[in-house]
Amino acid sequence: MSQTFDKATEKSVQLSHGGGGKEMNHLIKSIFFKAFNNPILASEEDAAIVNIEGQAAFTTDSFTVAPLFFAGGNIGKLAVAGTVNDLAMMGAEPQYLSCSFIIEEGFPIPQLKEIVDTMAAELHKSCTRVVCGDTKVVPKGCADGLFINTSGVGRILKPNISVKNLQVGDAIIVSGDIGRHGAAILMAREGLALESELTSDCANLWPIVEQLIAANIDIHAMRDATRGGLAAVLNEWAAASNVGIKVEESLIPVSDEVKGLCELYGFEPHDLANEGTFIMAVPNEIAAGALEIIQRYGHCEQAAIIGRVDADNQGKVVLKTPWGSSRYLDLPHGELLPRIC
Amino acid sequence: MIELKQLYQGFRDPDTINNLSNEIHRLANGYSGKINIMEVCGGHTHTIMKYGLNQLLPDNIEFVHGPGCPVCVMPKERIDHAAILASQNNVILVTLGDMIRVPGSKGSLAQFRAKGCDIRPIYDPLDTLTIAKDNPDKTVIFFAIGFETSTPMTAVLIEQAENQHIDNLLFHINHVLVPPAIDAVMADPQATVNAFIGPAHVSVISGAKLYRPTVENYGTPVVVAGFEPVDVMESILRIVKQKVADVAELDVQYSRAVSEDGNTHAQQKVNKYMMVRPQFRWRGLGPLADSALMLRAEYAHRDAEQIYADKLDVADIDDHKACQCGDILRGIAKPKDCKVFGRGCTPESPLGSCMVSSEGACNAYYRYNGV
Repeated sequence: MSQTFDKATEKSVQLSHGGGGKEMNHLIKSIFFKAFNNPILASEEDAAIVNIEGQAAFTTDSFTVAPLFFAGGNIGKLAVAGTVNDLAMMGAEPQYLSCSFIIEEGFPIPQLKEIVDTMAAELHKSCTRVVCGDTKVVPKGCADGLFINTSGVGRILKPNISVKNLQVGDAIIVSGDIGRHGAAILMAREGLALESELTSDCANLWPIVEQLIAANIDIHAMRDATRGGLAAVLNEWAAASNVGIKVEESLIPVSDEVKGLCELYGFEPHDLANEGTFIMAVPNEIAAGALEIIQRYGHCEQAAIIGRVDADNQGKVVLKTPWGSSRYLDLPHGELLPRIC
Repeated sequence: MIELKQLYQGFRDPDTINNLSNEIHRLANGYSGKINIMEVCGGHTHTIMKYGLNQLLPDNIEFVHGPGCPVCVMPKERIDHAAILASQNNVILVTLGDMIRVPGSKGSLAQFRAKGCDIRPIYDPLDTLTIAKDNPDKTVIFFAIGFETSTPMTAVLIEQAENQHIDNLLFHINHVLVPPAIDAVMADPQATVNAFIGPAHVSVISGAKLYRPTVENYGTPVVVAGFEPVDVMESILRIVKQKVADVAELDVQYSRAVSEDGNTHAQQKVNKYMMVRPQFRWRGLGPLADSALMLRAEYAHRDAEQIYADKLDVADIDDHKACQCGDILRGIAKPKDCKVFGRGCTPESPLGSCMVSSEGACNAYYRYNGV
């Protein structure tokens, strides 16, 4: 009887894995501790004791993506990259992360291992450590497979990066082609039979931000264009800094695959999520230098200056078409739903 | 397999668009009258606003937005039907796209979903078949909407359900037809429309012949156009040419997809399962004879309207008094003529369907216009 039980637990997560007893201990040690191995976590105290010098940034995010695995990543990669990127966008060097798992009963253990190993690899890229965590197992039907929450603390290396800091004349830079994460998730979710090699842009942005800070680039504002995409970031900036932003559609990098998918579903690339692409506002005179750093050290050949901050249309974002007409680039509304005909 | 690049390449060339604009200006300058072009289809409304094509035209050409958005024309009582069906025990309601956002008299389907009703927006009607198979102990109801474009997919879904004996799949049919809507627009004494851009996807199915009566009855040019900026600009040029030559003809700009007779196979399939409904009440246009479809009697066992008849109220429910969606859908008002536009009525908190639908005229004006 106990042998059968043990075999079952090897394959999938059981409610007993969240019970605080032997099974939970085994799960945590064999999967989480093994992957996230570091002395602070291994000390198994009630709270992690960490050293932070100077000003610190602190952030949290929960990840509930469906499907859990997609072209270019999985929920674990997102959970680390997402929180690390939130710190990086504030000019903070990511240092310590917490990590909480809410796992649905029956979740396959090999998949959990794969997700956690991906997280460990992603942590390695920014020399960040998971120093505390939590595991809950909920009954079948109470969660969609697996949810992950990560919180992160980082040391501010470049202060005063803010949504309120955009200045008239600033150049707007996008670090890569937009919309690939949203499009990859859509394709994975709907199982579309489309001929495409589209992958999510999911990536850790700290290495490139570190280069920009090292080059002493005067960054006014910086944000990763996650849910809501480019349109959401630019609208938030225009409103928070009370400026207008004018962007040229022809300068915004979009892959052919994303363009095609948008045509099919009636979406706009500017509204689709990114997980490894950021937007930056810098003084116009240093924009070309900043762009070169992103292109050279971030391997982002597609990075581009897409527009300028101006004093017209305060609080609004205007998109100029390649044929000379203009329109507002509005915030995306509600759920992304495809057109009907 | 679809090669995605094929879907848009070649139809957004700035030089082509600018050349078309220049030619339209040149010809229209020599025309003394006003050209009021109705784009019947909401997809064209969005192309025009999203790409700012209205800014590229001379003053004597104006767009009048038409009733061709399947979400916009759905009256509140039909949306209430969907909400009532979704509220029944063991029912899964399935529908397309942003239908779930449109307010009925007691809220939108999205609000009913938040209350716990099982309502699922889908991309492809055939996904409903999978949902029905995966939930054999539940009744799955497909709330079918759309013009001639989407009707064949519903017919295929019925056919598959019949052939595979999927007995827990029912239908609430709200498919509507373009020609009666055009007739209703032109019957209005205030109508100023004197040319039409014909819907693209509808015409792929029905064929360009669908618009011959419009050309003959009202003496207006009809140019069937694709959805890309170059398509729309070229269609406007063709309309202007007809106006200058004082002729009214049926012309197909979207010839890469539209033929005279359309997809006859799809038409036969629709006729097998559905027939013309004697009357259907449209939001904005009121009750129109022979303007929608219903299931044929032999498929009554799949007709949710009949099976749940005792629960579905058929009384008309009017729109909010301040909402001018009706006038906008009839082409006698523009979104900005409406007193609540952008104030009491926004995409986040819509009073009317034209603001909520991604193909609605108010939504297009709110999102893109006013720079």
